[in-house]
Amino acid sequence: MGARGSHSAVPPDADSIRRETGFSQASLLRLYHRFQALDRDNKGYLSRMDLQQIGALAVNPLGDRIIESFFPDGNHQVDFAGFARVLAHFRPVDEEDPGMQDPKQPEPLNSRMNKLRFAFQLYDLDRDGKISRNEMLQVLRLMVGVQVTEEQLESIADRTVQEADIDGDGAVSFMEFTKSLEKMNIEQKMSIRILK
Amino acid sequence: MSRQVGPLCALLWALVLALPRAGAVEEQPVSASRDFQIVTFKWHHVQDPYIIALWILVASLAKIVFHLSHKVTSVVPESALLIALGLVLGGIVWAADHIASFTMTPTLFFFYLLPPIVLDAGYFMPNRLFFGNLGTILLYAVIGTVWNAATTGLSLYGVFCSGLMGDLQTGLLDFLLFGSLIAAVDPVAVLAVFEEVHVNEVLFIIVFGESLLNDAVTVVLYNVFDSFVTLGGDKVTGVDCVKGIVSFFVVSLGGTLVGVVFAFLLSLVTRFTKHVRIIEPGFVFVISYLSYLTSEMLSLSAILAITFCGICCQKYVKANISEQSATTVRYTMKMLASGAETIIFMFLGISAVDPVIWTWNTAFVLLTLLFISVYRVIGVVLQTWILNRYRMVQLETIDQVVMSYGGLRGAVAYALVVLLDEKKVKEKKLFVSTTLIVVFFTVIFQGLTIKPLVQWLKVKRSEQREPKLNEKLHGRAFDHILSAIEDISGQIGHNYLRDKWSNFDRKILSKVLMRRSAQKSRDRILNVFHELNLKDAISYVAEGERRGSLAFIRSPSTDNMVNVDFSLPHPSTMEASVSYLLRENMSAVRLDMQSLEQRRRSIRDTEDMVTHHTLQQYLYKPRQEYKHIYSRHKLIPSEAEKQDKEIFHRTMRKRLESFKSAKLGINQNKKAAKLYKRERAQKRRNSSIPNGKLPMENPAPNFTMKEKDLEFSDHEEAPDYEAETSGGIEFLANVTKDTASDSPAGIDNPVFSLDEDLDPSILARVPPWLSPGETVVPSQRARVQIPQSPSNFRRLAPFRLSNKSVDSFLMADSPEERPHALPESTHM
Repeated sequence: MGARGSHSAVPPDADSIRRETGFSQASLLRLYHRFQALDRDNKGYLSRMDLQQIGALAVNPLGDRIIESFFPDGNHQVDFAGFARVLAHFRPVDEEDPGMQDPKQPEPLNSRMNKLRFAFQLYDLDRDGKISRNEMLQVLRLMVGVQVTEEQLESIADRTVQEADIDGDGAVSFMEFTKSLEKMNIEQKMSIRILK
Repeated sequence: MSRQVGPLCALLWALVLALPRAGAVEEQPVSASRDFQIVTFKWHHVQDPYIIALWILVASLAKIVFHLSHKVTSVVPESALLIALGLVLGGIVWAADHIASFTMTPTLFFFYLLPPIVLDAGYFMPNRLFFGNLGTILLYAVIGTVWNAATTGLSLYGVFCSGLMGDLQTGLLDFLLFGSLIAAVDPVAVLAVFEEVHVNEVLFIIVFGESLLNDAVTVVLYNVFDSFVTLGGDKVTGVDCVKGIVSFFVVSLGGTLVGVVFAFLLSLVTRFTKHVRIIEPGFVFVISYLSYLTSEMLSLSAILAITFCGICCQKYVKANISEQSATTVRYTMKMLASGAETIIFMFLGISAVDPVIWTWNTAFVLLTLLFISVYRVIGVVLQTWILNRYRMVQLETIDQVVMSYGGLRGAVAYALVVLLDEKKVKEKKLFVSTTLIVVFFTVIFQGLTIKPLVQWLKVKRSEQREPKLNEKLHGRAFDHILSAIEDISGQIGHNYLRDKWSNFDRKILSKVLMRRSAQKSRDRILNVFHELNLKDAISYVAEGERRGSLAFIRSPSTDNMVNVDFSLPHPSTMEASVSYLLRENMSAVRLDMQSLEQRRRSIRDTEDMVTHHTLQQYLYKPRQEYKHIYSRHKLIPSEAEKQDKEIFHRTMRKRLESFKSAKLGINQNKKAAKLYKRERAQKRRNSSIPNGKLPMENPAPNFTMKEKDLEFSDHEEAPDYEAETSGGIEFLANVTKDTASDSPAGIDNPVFSLDEDLDPSILARVPPWLSPGETVVPSQRARVQIPQSPSNFRRLAPFRLSNKSVDSFLMADSPEERPHALPESTHM
């Protein structure tokens, strides 16, 4: 371990992070340990490099996009609050305690809409609020094997966009995106049990 | 199927029988006459080993026969088939001889059949998963087994007192003794069945781990109650009970300790086997077996000892021994374990055919079955309820069902019950027959039904309609996202402890137990990989591109045919999709939905179907779906590797792109920065270009250069051009600012200096795999790096190829998993 040596046990401003993300004390602590483990030089923040060290991500077709999502607006580092914020999207939706969230406050990060928005932003590279055909194509290209040819991919991208495109502008807006997935149990599908 | 097997085995059996007969006839005169004989027939001389060898042969041949029909083995677990075969063979022996000459004796089982199986389980244990869930496993193994033993024994005693079982010469202690031996989930049976049922890894490791670790509890309970029975019910005092509890800790911890000590020895020995490569694998087996025997000798838990011996030594042994030896160990281990398992189940069947051991008591047998099932369920539910408050990965209802249902009893229970002393336990025969019934019931009936059960439970959760294209694509994307997030958030807890342990391991254990060469490679992987990451990526990309581009040339010819008009699907795709349809219809339990589907499908246009099919087949699978954790019969999952490799190439290529544009901006890599500075200093000396003049003059060629780079590296990434180029410009701007501020004397950024492009020395230093004939020109950034890199690649290459030093448990999250993910991964 480096010069700074010891891991501090409690994340800085844990309370405000907890309020924002809704993580339990224990989960937050676990995540903080994880954060420190990933932060190899004890910088206090994570760089892309730190996340790219996770071997499993290199063989995950969307791995790098996920990594990018930790660094919004071209930032080069993410502190623990940001780290937790991203992960909070994947907290399971708990029906039984709505009291946790103040109705006046904005939607919790792990709401269906926010989960979908997170996914949507992985597609929407240029942040124009729409998944263009090209953006769809790129994701497809990441996700299918090399056996599928470019033409096939394009055709699939076209069909996928067409299927979801309601207003006929050749791109999928966020509303259309949610609409096309309305039958899907996003709350369950985009939740990780460990992030209680 | 067994009908098919019957005659064949009868034939074999006739052969087996014929031999001793012939021997018996011939043997007398031979031994009588003292003349010198050229050929003698000495059956008795070879009888025992001969029969053993024949049994093994029969069992192995039977396995071949079972696997002739894939349908049968996919429905009926092999263990059940083997038991059936054993029953048939036993029947034949009985019909011929009227004595049950071959039964499984506890000695045979505990000394020769069980150790290879458990060693195999330990040696190939997915360590990280195991230790990640150790708490849960221990709870189930200890509390669960005690619970099962106590409740089953007490309930049976209660019913006995009510008189439902008729007159039995037993007391409370006998029932508790029986309960304790029937309570333990059996590792052999569980593995045999779970092998074929693909449940999620956490669930698997819990049931599997429980079945291994509950041995200590079983041994202790068995011994305690056995001695209590010997003492007699009245004389048992509180002190004895306390002793029993103490002995539990001694037996379990002692067994574990013996295992760890022997693992240490084994690792140490393999460190010095460099010159005796040929017997290297032998050490692994002999020393592990010694750990088993030692703890048996000390009346500690032998199963725990050999399990932990395997678990602890795997990392060091794999690093120390040569690759060939490692392969030998792997295959031998699998062969022994698989063979032992086959023989165990066959002998269980054979042992059952012996009227002497059978005593029937309907109430007792049925109630035992009922109690073990019911209490297993209750136990699992209660413990899970407690555990779920603390576990990160919650165990859901379905997991609990599978866990309850997976509580199979097996040969351990049988061997223990045979060990009972009939003088002390009056109803031994009843216990033996009941145990056999329980074993057969759990292995055959539950084994048969668990697979449909698991499938059915999954189907229930899955959606009942054909998902739309969007849903399919995004659904898969979500799977990938989740698995990535899991990796980032640290899938299984205990990261802190694991960090500590891996530090300790690296600093002390590995130094003692690993060869220096292996250590070095490990250390280098650990420490240097980080720094070399960048260069490595560049080499990877370059090579990948070469391959990628070749593949790219090949493909268009076929595409054009297929895809110019998508409504004319390629014949093979069509065919495949039809078969896919058939498959899907067969497997899905949709009942009336199916007819609906059919109609809808006929209306739906072919295009859509083909598209769906393409996606279905070629979408990358999320990690969980292909990862095998432990398999006794198969060694390497290979499909996953290809996918991993593909994605890895792509990822690295992409990362290179971002490295190119972002590296210097962030300036994370000190080494790179240093190199860059050196380069820059050199430039300064070489070309004394006037201050700030060049960039103003000549920005254009630079950008075209940039674009050319992107073009070569990015055939497939056409839409990225814009983003990348703009990134490049941004970066150039960054660099300009950077250098301007840090050396106001002059702009010496190599990117802007014209002569660098023409510098022959640099071009000459382009690595050999970039053949000069190709129009491939390394980019500016790459070129800064490449001149120094070829030697490094070579240095890295061997580590990439041999992953024997890489352990899945301690290093799972470290960078070296990357090379690890590519080549064979045996312990997955």
